[in-house]
Amino acid sequence: MNMFRLFASRPAPPAPTAPIARERLQILLAHERGTTRGKSDLLMLLREEILAAVARHVALDPDKVIVRMERGRDVSTLEVDVELPSGLDRGLAVAS
Amino acid sequence: MAKVLVVTSGKGGVGKTTSTAAIGAALAQTGKKVAVVDFDVGLRNLDLVLGAERRVVFDLINVVQGIAKLPQALIRDKRLETLYLLPASQTRDKEALTEEGVGRVIADMRNNFDFIVCDSPAGIERGAMLAMRFADEAIIVTNPEVSSVRDSDRIIGMLDSKTVKAEKGEQVEKHILITRFDPARAARGEMLTIEDILEILAIPLLGIIPESQDVLRASNVGSPVTLNNPACSPARAYSDATRRLLGETLPMLVPSEPRGLMKLFGRRAA
Repeated sequence: MNMFRLFASRPAPPAPTAPIARERLQILLAHERGTTRGKSDLLMLLREEILAAVARHVALDPDKVIVRMERGRDVSTLEVDVELPSGLDRGLAVAS
Repeated sequence: MAKVLVVTSGKGGVGKTTSTAAIGAALAQTGKKVAVVDFDVGLRNLDLVLGAERRVVFDLINVVQGIAKLPQALIRDKRLETLYLLPASQTRDKEALTEEGVGRVIADMRNNFDFIVCDSPAGIERGAMLAMRFADEAIIVTNPEVSSVRDSDRIIGMLDSKTVKAEKGEQVEKHILITRFDPARAARGEMLTIEDILEILAIPLLGIIPESQDVLRASNVGSPVTLNNPACSPARAYSDATRRLLGETLPMLVPSEPRGLMKLFGRRAA
């Protein structure tokens, strides 16, 4: 058995995994630093101002406004999710 | 001026207690008067690593609550006469550790010691917060591994916002101590490199402690690795880190294991 193994070509070394670890950490920490270190103030501010702007025209529940930021390596996106009440027409009429 | 150091990491098992004992002993060997304080209420271990487990009478919570006076609770090391241990409580309620009480004890110790080294528990709960709360400097112990690096990043954020220094608009001086490093695996791309970690965490490096069997040997016998076998690679690395802490500039080498002919043969045979 061992004789054969001696002549067989060596198995290729496993592919390096450290660069993957490094890249995953960089992406993750860029995101986490944003949410855990003060920068979330920006999201709070945006949320307040968007809410105020929409509320001027539509009666809405402040809890139904969700502002989310996704940080990618190349592009970041800002997602604003506003749930409008079912009686929207009346809401608009009142506001205008 | 006394200095309060916190040895912290977020993640458990990375070497906080080993590092506290090794650096505390190395500082005391330079003649500085050093107190190492165990903040891991309920799971104390610094006493065991220092070989003082059978000499614990009073603990940090006893002092905080005024049941014991500070000198009664401090245990003087049998090998180094300038090294003292303030053990954590084993049984009592964690809530007994109050910020006001800890602040009082640390302020008291500042008058009697050159260095107060606080061994933080893992996690980001009360014990960890209080261990860093009054720190002037922080040693963030990190393993070259994703979860440890991520947790270190969280801890850095907390050092910058939740400490007394940060609240006064000052900075806790932060150092990274990389432990359990294996240069051969890093060279093969199997382990994050020193450069990777420093680039991600963006904190100056205090030292690189190689993965070594000497660390376990030292804790088995209850001796800081810097005292147990000063010539071994982790002990030399801890000594260098300690000298850097004291302001010396030293080349950042990764001390390696001595590699004799016997060892080479040993490998072959395996």
